[in-house]
Amino acid sequence: MTLRRTPLYELHRKLGARMVPFAGWEMPVQYAGILAEHAAVRSAAGLFDVSHMGQIELRGPGAVAAAERLVSSPVASLRPGRVRYGLLCNEEGGVVDDVTVYRLADDALLLCVNAANVEKVWRWVVGHVGGDVALRDRSAEIALLALQGPTAAAILGPLCDVELAGLRRFAFAEGTVAGRRALVSRTGYTGGDGFELYLDAADGETVFAALLEAGRPQGLVPAGLGARDTLRLEAALPLYGHELDDTTSPLEAGLERFVKRAAGGFIGAEAIERRAAAGHPRALVGFVLEGRGVPRAGHAILCEGRPVGHVTSGAPSPTLGKPIGLGYVRPASSAPGTLLEIAIRDRGVPARVVRTPFITS
Amino acid sequence: MADYEIPTDLRYTREDEWVRVEGDRAMVGVTDYAQQQLGDIVNVELPPVGTPVERGEPFGVIESVKAVSDLYAPVSGEVVESNTDLANHPEHVNEDCYGDGWMICIQISDESELETLLSPSEYRQHIDERSTE
Repeated sequence: MTLRRTPLYELHRKLGARMVPFAGWEMPVQYAGILAEHAAVRSAAGLFDVSHMGQIELRGPGAVAAAERLVSSPVASLRPGRVRYGLLCNEEGGVVDDVTVYRLADDALLLCVNAANVEKVWRWVVGHVGGDVALRDRSAEIALLALQGPTAAAILGPLCDVELAGLRRFAFAEGTVAGRRALVSRTGYTGGDGFELYLDAADGETVFAALLEAGRPQGLVPAGLGARDTLRLEAALPLYGHELDDTTSPLEAGLERFVKRAAGGFIGAEAIERRAAAGHPRALVGFVLEGRGVPRAGHAILCEGRPVGHVTSGAPSPTLGKPIGLGYVRPASSAPGTLLEIAIRDRGVPARVVRTPFITS
Repeated sequence: MADYEIPTDLRYTREDEWVRVEGDRAMVGVTDYAQQQLGDIVNVELPPVGTPVERGEPFGVIESVKAVSDLYAPVSGEVVESNTDLANHPEHVNEDCYGDGWMICIQISDESELETLLSPSEYRQHIDERSTE
């Protein structure tokens, strides 16, 4: 299979990126190094190309009602100019994808979906909306950049005609960045402040280069998927395919605040309630390793010598200076403070269940 | 195209280890190419002194943020030194792979195995073949 390339591919090569396959795309995993890029995002800023992600637009008189049925979090109450995180669930209460929902206008929404799931989500949405909704897969026409970190606003401000001081978290506005049309969204996947910029594909490289140049004095570096993963893990943000899949209930994943339970009325709501009433067999926990090693997806988790689950994500946390991880365990072993063992190769390494996120911004 | 340091006074393996032969002992580490490919090293696990090792068999583990790899013994013998500093300073492998980032020293049991190691020029060719794939 031929890997797809974002409009920024040539620029990444010029910047010395190491390119790797990810979800069918050839993406930069790192430039100078994952740890340095991670540190830059926590202390200054990093710039990511996440154009592999997909965007599906719903437009028309039935768009909001259709999205309300598709998304686990409330959609009708989302005002134009605001973004909300939510899950698309199947009839069994499993997660089709986790998405951000943009209220573009009274009758228009944009779903930002995971790269690996674009085609699946497209089929799912097509199968569940009526004739009063016009659907458009805009993935190929959009370049998506993420400018993340405490100096992101100071870097973006001078290049942008959107007044950033008035742009709250999970808000967005349309304007220009470096003279190019952009949807500027105060969102991200790092647990800190930052912006996601939706651009015409043809403008992606120009804007990326302009931001990098303007931001260098303020510590901005290009950052790859490696740092994106360690950053989101410290913030305990789930990654589809790791913490979430077609069988996971959002409640098992600890995402109850994104599930409109009282109102119900979205696909999968009944199954999610039924599964909760029956008692979940597993719960997602965060843990900090108390020995050496790196927990990795698939490692077995033990409690008092017995297998109780498995790791879904793990990495050394550059901020904490300790290895951390997420994993599913039996509910009896999920309380903060519980001592677990992670089976790393032939060793059992002690780990402690902690409250997440691992870091506070 | 990245450039890789390949000291001329060392021998190499196809698994990207270097070997410094001193008498009947072989000091072992990973090459500049290996550390660049792995990226930030965050964990190194080495066998204690006294452990027997066999040529081509794993003797330890090296981990970067994204990946874990086995370390393969370039020659058979017994571990007579192990770089315990790497437990707390795995970054030494990135910073100085041919110096402070050394891993183990092996008492060689069969010197004829040294003939299977690559010369610096053979190793460079081995890297070039892989990077043009």
